[in-house]
Amino acid sequence: MTDAIQCKAGDWVEVQRVLLEPADRSKNLPPETAEKPLRMWIKGFAQAAGALGDPMTIETMTGRLVEGSLSAINPGYFHTFGNPIPELVHVGVDLRARLADYHAAQGDAPAGKGGA
Amino acid sequence: MATKFDAIMARRGEIMLAALGMDYSVFEQSPIAFDYEGMMSAHGYSLDDIVGIQTRAGVGHTPLLELKNLTDVVRSMSAPGKGARIFVKDEAANMAGAFKDRRASVSIHVAKEKGYEGVIAATSGNYGAAVSSQAARYGLKCIICQETFDSRHIGQPEIVEKSRICEAFGAEVIQMTVGPELFFHMVELLDQTGYFAASLYSSFGVSGIETLGLEIAEEMTALTGAPPTHCVITHAGGGNTTGTARGLKRAGATDTQIISASVDLSGLHMASDDDFNRKSFTTGHTGFGVPFATWPDRADVPRNAARSLRYIDRYLTVTQGEVFYITEAMSKIEGLERGPAGNTAMTVAVSLARDLPRDATVVVQETEYTGAGKHHWAQLNFAKEMGVEVRSGDPKGNVPGKVIVIPERPEQIQAQDFDVARMRKSYVRNALKNAPEGYAPTAADIAFLAADTNSDAAAVEAILAALKEA
Ligand SMILES: Cc1ncc(COP(=O)(O)O)c(C=O)c1O
Repeated sequence: MTDAIQCKAGDWVEVQRVLLEPADRSKNLPPETAEKPLRMWIKGFAQAAGALGDPMTIETMTGRLVEGSLSAINPGYFHTFGNPIPELVHVGVDLRARLADYHAAQGDAPAGKGGA
Repeated sequence: MATKFDAIMARRGEIMLAALGMDYSVFEQSPIAFDYEGMMSAHGYSLDDIVGIQTRAGVGHTPLLELKNLTDVVRSMSAPGKGARIFVKDEAANMAGAFKDRRASVSIHVAKEKGYEGVIAATSGNYGAAVSSQAARYGLKCIICQETFDSRHIGQPEIVEKSRICEAFGAEVIQMTVGPELFFHMVELLDQTGYFAASLYSSFGVSGIETLGLEIAEEMTALTGAPPTHCVITHAGGGNTTGTARGLKRAGATDTQIISASVDLSGLHMASDDDFNRKSFTTGHTGFGVPFATWPDRADVPRNAARSLRYIDRYLTVTQGEVFYITEAMSKIEGLERGPAGNTAMTVAVSLARDLPRDATVVVQETEYTGAGKHHWAQLNFAKEMGVEVRSGDPKGNVPGKVIVIPERPEQIQAQDFDVARMRKSYVRNALKNAPEGYAPTAADIAFLAADTNSDAAAVEAILAALKEA
């Protein structure tokens, strides 16, 4: 994550804005959704210098000019794999052992050794 | 008072007509019936033409693999004489990592031919990656509208990864909070830009999937001497089932049983800001599967080309934990590390193959790509952070949004039959509900409803009579 709070014109940034206020939303929503605005985030090139939270116009990848408030500067991606899942770590050894037993019972050569 | 939402939605028909490159009204026959096959063939492309378009676009011709170790795991727990052979089409080998490339390729080809400057699609899934990738190859601009975050700006790793890949292919991604008005914004953008609507549900998209059925029939015949006895298909909006089944039939594989497979997410509301991040699957689940099968015309086109009830022989569901188990198993015993949603059908196949004879052949018709975020570990770690309990045990203890139970042994994987007869009934009820009040279906309507539900006139009449009573 960049810690920049100021961008220059031409920087790759993200803006956010409200698309629909709760009163303008679809009528068929569960209450926990209906009471919140529909918000959007979009990335593009800053058209002016600015600070986080400032009104900002960006030019998107399709060349559209979109207004919003500056929400991130040079925004990255930080999703990962995370830690191994304890409930899954045994799956590989269990199934390999099961296959070895099954093949032995069938009279097959163990995987990877001999055989035609 | 008309809201901004209502105002755009009132002009929806006119905007979509310009954006779809096709006038759907010519196929309408009555308030209930329309000419489905006429709509499907109106683009004028033969199956060979589509194979050509896709081959030039770098789409399709994915490997068909036999999964001998997985088959042996199944046989290790089957009754004597049971345990069908399991195969998979490795659709992750497509450029954008899923069968969705087939779906996007025809739409993008048409958009280019018709002279559109760009394309727009509303999707939080693999389809966005496919549209973005194909648009990049054809030199078209691309906007993807994505339901990405809850109101706290928290997105699940799998969807955040889908934003990334679309942006990697040069698309403009509009990330939104939860709500069906995603579609409203897409229509607004179509109006502003004049771009082509690359709908998931157009005949272009669904025709593009037919080549997958064709390849399966041909490649299984080459490998085993016959098309598969069973084809298992991860099912959400129903395009995957519809297109694959149509392709199999067009290739002459009329005896192949069509098995739709979804993850059971019953009880979770798809438009709920609270439930949004409590589901660990973003597609291939019953939250889309059931509503779309029982009312396909809820889609963003006037008539949905994905009409899965026409083709489904059985609809089987599995739990999230069972799919995560099989996803881990596939890596460890088949050397095939793939994304979890695409393994939904694989999980159903394990359960199904166990009860089938050894000479039966079960094809799982897709895989999807995996990577940071779009991975079963990432999704499970996120579920834990969202307060979902993850534990080992019997998957029967699964509660969508609350408890994910990872099986301890493969024997515990048991797909459940979803009642297809009930789905047919609910489809007919919806068809009536969407016709003008008091409309009495004609004989032609009844014939249409029978075809649309893969049943017969007598069955439809019985449903209509029961609805009248109620
Ligand atoms: C990998 C994968 N499998 C299956 C599906 C389900 O396809 P459909 O929505 O056409 O039923 C999707 C679509 O979201 C997908 O991305």
